[in-house]
Amino acid sequence: MALARPSGKYLTVAAVLSALAGPASAELGLNFPPPAAEVAQEIYDVHMLTMGIATVLLIAVFAVVIYSLYNHRKSRGYPADQKFHETWFGNWSWVIVPVMVLGVDLSIAGSAQKTLAKVWEVPKGEDLMDLKVVGHQWWWEFEYLDHDVKVESRYVPEEKAGDLYLREVDNRLVLPTHRKIRFLHTSADVNHAFWVPELGFKKDAIPGYVTETWAEIDREGVFRGQCAELCGTWHSRMPIVVEAVAPEKFDAWVKQQKEIKLAALAEATSDRTWTKDELTEKGQGLYNTKCGGCHQINGLGLPPAFPGLKDSPMVKGPVRPHIDIVLNGKPGTAMPPWNTLTDLEIAAIVTYERNAWDNNTGDVVQPKDVKAAR
Amino acid sequence: MSTATLAHEHEHHGPPTGLKRWLFSTNHKDIGTMYLVFALTMLFFGGASAMLIRAELFMPGLQLLEPDLYNNLVTNHALIMIFGAVMPAAAGLANWMIPLMIGAPDMALPRMNNLSFWILPAAGTMLILSFVVPFFPEGGSQINTGWTLYPPLSIQVGMSMDFLIFAIHLLGISSVLASINIIVTIFNMRAPGMRMMEMPIFVWTWLVTAFLLILVVPVLAGGVTMLLFDRHFGTSFFNAAGGGDPVLFQHLFWFFGHPEVYILILPSMGVLASVIPTFARKPLFGYKSLVGAMLAIATIGMVVWAHHQYTIGMSLGAVSYFMIGTIIISIPVGLMIFNFIATMWRGSMTFETPMLFAVGIILMFTFGGLTGVMLAVVPADMQYHDSMFVVAHFHYVLMPGAVFGLFAGVFYWLPKWTGHMYDERLAKTFFWVNVISFNVTFFPQHFLGLAGMPRRIVDYNMMFTEFNVVSSIGALVFGLSHLLLLYIIIKTIRGGQQANSRVWEGARGLEWELPSPPPFHSWTVAPALKG
Repeated sequence: MALARPSGKYLTVAAVLSALAGPASAELGLNFPPPAAEVAQEIYDVHMLTMGIATVLLIAVFAVVIYSLYNHRKSRGYPADQKFHETWFGNWSWVIVPVMVLGVDLSIAGSAQKTLAKVWEVPKGEDLMDLKVVGHQWWWEFEYLDHDVKVESRYVPEEKAGDLYLREVDNRLVLPTHRKIRFLHTSADVNHAFWVPELGFKKDAIPGYVTETWAEIDREGVFRGQCAELCGTWHSRMPIVVEAVAPEKFDAWVKQQKEIKLAALAEATSDRTWTKDELTEKGQGLYNTKCGGCHQINGLGLPPAFPGLKDSPMVKGPVRPHIDIVLNGKPGTAMPPWNTLTDLEIAAIVTYERNAWDNNTGDVVQPKDVKAAR
Repeated sequence: MSTATLAHEHEHHGPPTGLKRWLFSTNHKDIGTMYLVFALTMLFFGGASAMLIRAELFMPGLQLLEPDLYNNLVTNHALIMIFGAVMPAAAGLANWMIPLMIGAPDMALPRMNNLSFWILPAAGTMLILSFVVPFFPEGGSQINTGWTLYPPLSIQVGMSMDFLIFAIHLLGISSVLASINIIVTIFNMRAPGMRMMEMPIFVWTWLVTAFLLILVVPVLAGGVTMLLFDRHFGTSFFNAAGGGDPVLFQHLFWFFGHPEVYILILPSMGVLASVIPTFARKPLFGYKSLVGAMLAIATIGMVVWAHHQYTIGMSLGAVSYFMIGTIIISIPVGLMIFNFIATMWRGSMTFETPMLFAVGIILMFTFGGLTGVMLAVVPADMQYHDSMFVVAHFHYVLMPGAVFGLFAGVFYWLPKWTGHMYDERLAKTFFWVNVISFNVTFFPQHFLGLAGMPRRIVDYNMMFTEFNVVSSIGALVFGLSHLLLLYIIIKTIRGGQQANSRVWEGARGLEWELPSPPPFHSWTVAPALKG
């Protein structure tokens, strides 16, 4: 499927409609994308084997039925064989058929069992890189447990993502090739599922559970997937993008991430007083990625589930309750606590919300105000 | 008792008139008719929600539905189709046909029969309320969980979830009552001399189905009750933070949910076992092995539920067991399909509408069954799970396996019920439009799933556009084709060529020895069975 399609979706639809009569266009996704790990390759082989067996059986059944439909009909004068069920075949088919089906079943199960053991059990006694994958409504958090790096990964709005809309994220999951990685899945709220077809597996993220899978990616590339377990309103907006890079590039990336983290920390803990413009600019970026999914970029929300913030009495009222609700969330609703953000980040978001979309309260919230509210 | 008394009693037992006839009915035919009408009505509700879903998915982007409304429709489509359309339709066939087939004057427990039907409209109303309540002020959020109702998501939902839980309770009570009635009828009301192994297969399928219902519906009722307690009474059955287990609900749900698939399919398989011998003009092939296969399906089907949950992180031993158990089900199912094909083999077939549906079912259900074997294989299911491939698979199983079987049954017995032949030309048109558009709708979804499209998403990347367009166009035709079904049924009820008692040249069985339509009270004297 061509990803670099120049024009919009309506053209695509028109193209499909016109192509329906003619030969099918190339590059339609008909099967799994090429696997990017050895285990994924084995899963792919199991898939092709069972599909092959199923296809042969299907053709056999169709052939028998069509033969019968053509020959054994009244209009061709075929006399019904009233004793067919009493022949030796009729008497013994209840043994013959199950034995044949059992043979097929065992050959499928036998070949699958070997792969299953390999897929299922994380290799023991080996040096594994641990990656904690936390599903949130509606974004992914990837924690590199061995590297002290954390990545928050959110969908990118259509205007920015273009043709990759719903398959592109702001921060990709960067992983090294040729390294055994253990994925530890869990969730912060409801069930989600991590699915990247090239890695060959899907695993649920369940609150209170840690489920594990593993992969050793064998080629560089960008692999796209999505959340696969219905997780509420924006289930469709939880893409996963894996960027597999060579180990040395991965090490450089980790170093870079640490520097960014340090710089952000230094900025957040500095005592300086921020201007309104600085805060709203920072706040806009943070709001659009972290809050915009529910409250919408235009601040109108999606009532009743997600209240609008434009002209909201909460946002235009006193500052302190506003900070509190961002920090602590609102129990019983989808609003989570955001207390893992820094004082500066929350100050920026609150300042932005109080001044954007003609709210114009003129309030400027400083990091120290947030600190006082914690 | 003298003949004079009998005649006297008869005067008072004609059908009552007006609303009372239906409201207070204890007559199996009237209750069967009401079940069927109810099911047909719900079929259109469920179909309309499906068409809205496909309309939204016609193109990438959010055109028609807010995400929560979309999820709400996904939930409602499933529940209405399963509990509102297929199960009541199958119960309608059971009510109509079981007493006629076994030579009984009525169901064993006629008043309970009335109760089990009249719970349904209340439950259906409650189900629809759960869909519309969020649109009223203070109505809370919409049900965005899908019919699987997994917590913790289902804990987040507003009061509509409580309506839904109550609706499920009512539907469950109705099903269990109907099942008890069917079991008691079959065990006690058979014509003298009819042994169990001489009953028509349709009666057998319903006997097995009724037992399955009684065994698994209470588990669902328990599961949703625990959900209700978690929502309102501070328990933590499914809340990990309170020491509970969100996965427990999944086990309870699928312990019901998987046998439910066989509950939906078996009665239709019973219809096939009646239709195919009739139009092949030869006896059913492998009666005993069909009964055995059915019992095996019901037994094994009860203990393989967790194949719906391969991705929750079970142990290697557990998934291996559920994989092998699930694959083993292909043995009795394969035997069943084999017996149907062998019944056609060397027959003298004609292709009236019921037979067309029967042939369609054999071919498409085989296809759905084979993708089912693929899904059972754990490593590969790591990919298929929760993708559009699954959607395609279960529609290929449930549409042919359950719904088309009901259509076949309706066309097969409609002349018996109404006394009029249906319009064969229109019915054949319906068959072809229906079956072709069904395939156009669901076949492309296999490819979508393999290419990486998850199910239950309201919006998708444009790489999935092509097949979604095709699928939605198919769905539009498929949905509208049912208006033709409605027209054919109404037309047949209102009039048509008079049907004789045998109706079909090759029809065998007690129901065909009664006039068409049968009198209000039939088999008041038990029939003598022919050796």
